[in-house]
Amino acid sequence: MVKEVRIALRNSGKINPESIDEYINADGYQALRKALRSTPSGIYDEIIDSGLRGRGGAGFPTGTKEKTTALICADCEKYVVCNADEGEPGTFKDRVIMETDPHSLVEGMIIAGFSINASYGYIYIRGEYSLSISRVQKAIDQAREKKFLGENILGSGYSFDIEIRRGAGSYLCGEELTLLESLEGKRGYPRIKPPYPAERGLWGKPTLINNVETLANFAPIILNGAVWYRSIGTEKSPGTKIFTVSGDVNNPGYYETPTGLTLRELIFDFGGGIKNGRTFKAALLGGAAGTFASAQLLDVQMGYDKLKEHGLTLGSGAVIVMDETRDLVKSLETIMKFFKHESCGKCIPCRLGTAQIYQSICGFSEIPVQKREDFFKSILKQADLMAKTSLCPLGQSPILPLRSIWQNFSDELLTLK
Amino acid sequence: MVSEILQKYPRSKDYLLEILHDLQNSSPNQNISSENIVEIAKHLNITQSQVLGVIGYYSMLSNKARSKYLIRVCNSPICNMLGGEHTIEYISRKLKIELGESTPDGLFTLEECECLGNCAAAPSIMVNEKLYGNLTPELIDKILAELK
Repeated sequence: MVKEVRIALRNSGKINPESIDEYINADGYQALRKALRSTPSGIYDEIIDSGLRGRGGAGFPTGTKEKTTALICADCEKYVVCNADEGEPGTFKDRVIMETDPHSLVEGMIIAGFSINASYGYIYIRGEYSLSISRVQKAIDQAREKKFLGENILGSGYSFDIEIRRGAGSYLCGEELTLLESLEGKRGYPRIKPPYPAERGLWGKPTLINNVETLANFAPIILNGAVWYRSIGTEKSPGTKIFTVSGDVNNPGYYETPTGLTLRELIFDFGGGIKNGRTFKAALLGGAAGTFASAQLLDVQMGYDKLKEHGLTLGSGAVIVMDETRDLVKSLETIMKFFKHESCGKCIPCRLGTAQIYQSICGFSEIPVQKREDFFKSILKQADLMAKTSLCPLGQSPILPLRSIWQNFSDELLTLK
Repeated sequence: MVSEILQKYPRSKDYLLEILHDLQNSSPNQNISSENIVEIAKHLNITQSQVLGVIGYYSMLSNKARSKYLIRVCNSPICNMLGGEHTIEYISRKLKIELGESTPDGLFTLEECECLGNCAAAPSIMVNEKLYGNLTPELIDKILAELK
């Protein structure tokens, strides 16, 4: 059986999250000391070599993003922003990190700041996460007291500080450019991309945006080296990933494992199998903006590339398990209702498309069986068009669950009463 | 109270959400009143409609008066699958209010919200800043009784 390997969650449950001394005793802030003796390029090269990919959902190579932001200008003002607006349904890994080991985030963020020579950092935490907000605030205050934050950190000449900003209930603000709009005190409307945040981010300045889990991996990578990190997980998605398993399993929860374990291992070994003696029907991977996997796909490896070969997504690491009794059309309905509600209305394809697709799915079971295939294909066509013409990832998302459910469960959709 | 909160923040527009959170949390009706909107706009040197536009966009914020206890029921696909809809129905029946309404005694307001990130303990609700999971009718009865 595969065992948990905890890197991002290395201290979770082992130390008091409100005590910086306990964090320091667990090798805390050693990576920061090491980083400050190195150079910015030394840091981002190490992260590039480690193969770490963004853990928020998109899976972009983290070090490459850092290097771009570092090199874009030498002496200009730059920012690091931590995306802690975790709102993808079924995802709660960032909350666990912030609640149980907030210093791992703070330390990672200072290292990220040093690597691009940033002057200031913001952690944008969703407003509903009140315990995360208070724990991270405490960690920032303690770090400042110990001179890990502020002017001339540990005598290195590098100065950096961090502030928390609270979100206020908008799924869309988890999208990086929309998050920046919100951070600037505005309505959460997406920006047109490019320019990317590395070129023009917060207040038009170069900005590095990283997810909580991504940053929590920084200190261990700097301390133990890229070679060590690469020795864990698969070649193309090295390291570990925190999976959050929910739904019809015996042991719902969070599990950090090397990438490359199978969906079966995740659900049956870690998740303890299906509840109430029932059988597995489907797993929604990556949340609402995710994909439906069927029993035939249980042996696929949980890595960005392996999943992609099967039309599936790793996303944020959410695994929502459904047993044989679950109505998939009903799940689709909830998902489409969610997108309809969260669409900001700025661009027409998404504003109209999310509402129309929701209506169509609501009426799906009324459609005569012989007309279902055409009906569903027209929905797919619409979702595809929406994905191609929408401004931001929200309008590009509904196609994911729709296409995967069609690929893997068309028999059921076509015969369902 | 308003001026105390405003003084905590620099006169920079990006603090708008922080100010709105603080004001709403300090209000007995858990909202941002029209008078407060005027004060915020003045402090940050922005228009009142800008303030109202931001309040209107974010689901946690409201200019409409709510109650002492704001119950927000998670409506994510997971909570929904594991009985979230029944949770809304149950609370709604028990308090005799629909979604978006408040009880006449000013004690409870019922709203739904998106994923609360408590999926391993679905279905979940949040009452003001406190999170409750693994809800059953008995547990809901207990929570409401303790608040009354």
